[in-house]
Amino acid sequence: MADFSIQNVSVKGISACVPKENFVNTKDVFPGMDSSEMQKIVTMTGIDKHHISPKEICTSDLCFHAAEKLIEKLTWQKEEIGIVIFVSQTPDYILPMTSAILQQRLGLLSSCMAFDMSIGCSGFVYGMSVISSLISSSKIKKGLLLVGDTITKFISKQDRSTFPLFGDAGTAIALEYNESAKEMVFSLSTDGVGHKAIIVNDGGQRSPFSEQSLMPQNYEGGIERNDAQLYLNGMDVFNFSITKAPSSFNQLMTYKETNIDAFDYFVFHQANKLMNETIRKKLKIDPSKYLYSLQKYGNTSSATIPLTLVSELQDELENKSLSLGLCGFGVGLSWGSMILPTDKIATLPVIEI
Amino acid sequence: MELSEFILNVEEQFMETDPGIIQGATEFRNLEEWSSLMALMIIAMVDEKYEVILTGDDIRNSQTIQDIFDKVQSKVNA
Repeated sequence: MADFSIQNVSVKGISACVPKENFVNTKDVFPGMDSSEMQKIVTMTGIDKHHISPKEICTSDLCFHAAEKLIEKLTWQKEEIGIVIFVSQTPDYILPMTSAILQQRLGLLSSCMAFDMSIGCSGFVYGMSVISSLISSSKIKKGLLLVGDTITKFISKQDRSTFPLFGDAGTAIALEYNESAKEMVFSLSTDGVGHKAIIVNDGGQRSPFSEQSLMPQNYEGGIERNDAQLYLNGMDVFNFSITKAPSSFNQLMTYKETNIDAFDYFVFHQANKLMNETIRKKLKIDPSKYLYSLQKYGNTSSATIPLTLVSELQDELENKSLSLGLCGFGVGLSWGSMILPTDKIATLPVIEI
Repeated sequence: MELSEFILNVEEQFMETDPGIIQGATEFRNLEEWSSLMALMIIAMVDEKYEVILTGDDIRNSQTIQDIFDKVQSKVNA
């Protein structure tokens, strides 16, 4: 069981950036879909609109703008930043790693270490555990965790099982070595048995991209997509999420010997309303403490937790000390929960580019 | 657990299917309102009301409401 605490690291600031262009879920989205069916999708998912990146905007662009504005707000000197981690499943290239491109673009020193982590919905929690461990043990003074995805680039517009759900976003989290920081606590898990439940099948080395990859295939319910596009097994993922997310959070609380009343707010991966509400009820979390940004941004994969923090909690993050319960779950399958203490951190309104 | 009560709980998930239409023998895929979303609603309802988890295969291998009921009942009794 990967349960552990990390000392001496605190979050100093957080920011998020989305593409300006947004797409409203209406009956016009899918040919042949009537308005009551679309209304049902909106009611069930809780997603009214989602921001979709145009061709020229990649995840790294969204993270770059989030990071630039955050560094400016914090008045950090760029030479103080010793580590950058980019968490995403939508890199600029298969290689090199996008973090190197971001290190150069942000004007950071070459003495800065940089690497990518390929994790999706649980990626923020995993990324926090890795960057915090490294800062804590190395005493690197300052670091940036850049988390985001432009997953809509992998989605077929003729796939009603994915298209109404997903949006794009990039986020930046600034962390600092701080011996008076309250500890962060983590519980992380994986189950690769479900690796085909959420998958882009073609384009890696197991199933290389070919002409066949672009052939549209028809599936039940009028769905059309090709093998280079995102496949999501809704039932299996739903089943996984409503089981593993609550048990992961319970495991975290058991490890830390705490309970649900000890948290000011809960921000869980924004999957869809039905799934998130089922998880909330199982953990008996008060609705007023359980935050949603789904209605505005949809499911933005790895970015949902920091995006929701910025979008729904900016004032309180800036003016108060908070104890936050966070949980990410999804592709891998992979899931993780964490306790994030914050103390008056710099928070910017959501940036649109 | 009773089939009649289970059917009422299933009916609640449907917005446009009149009460009484859904019976144990109903092949749910033939209901006009059935969609993959409905499967998720039923998994969520079963989780909340019966505290057991239906898998994707449980739904995929069922034809009638009775089939789903039987799977829920066997999990509740397990």
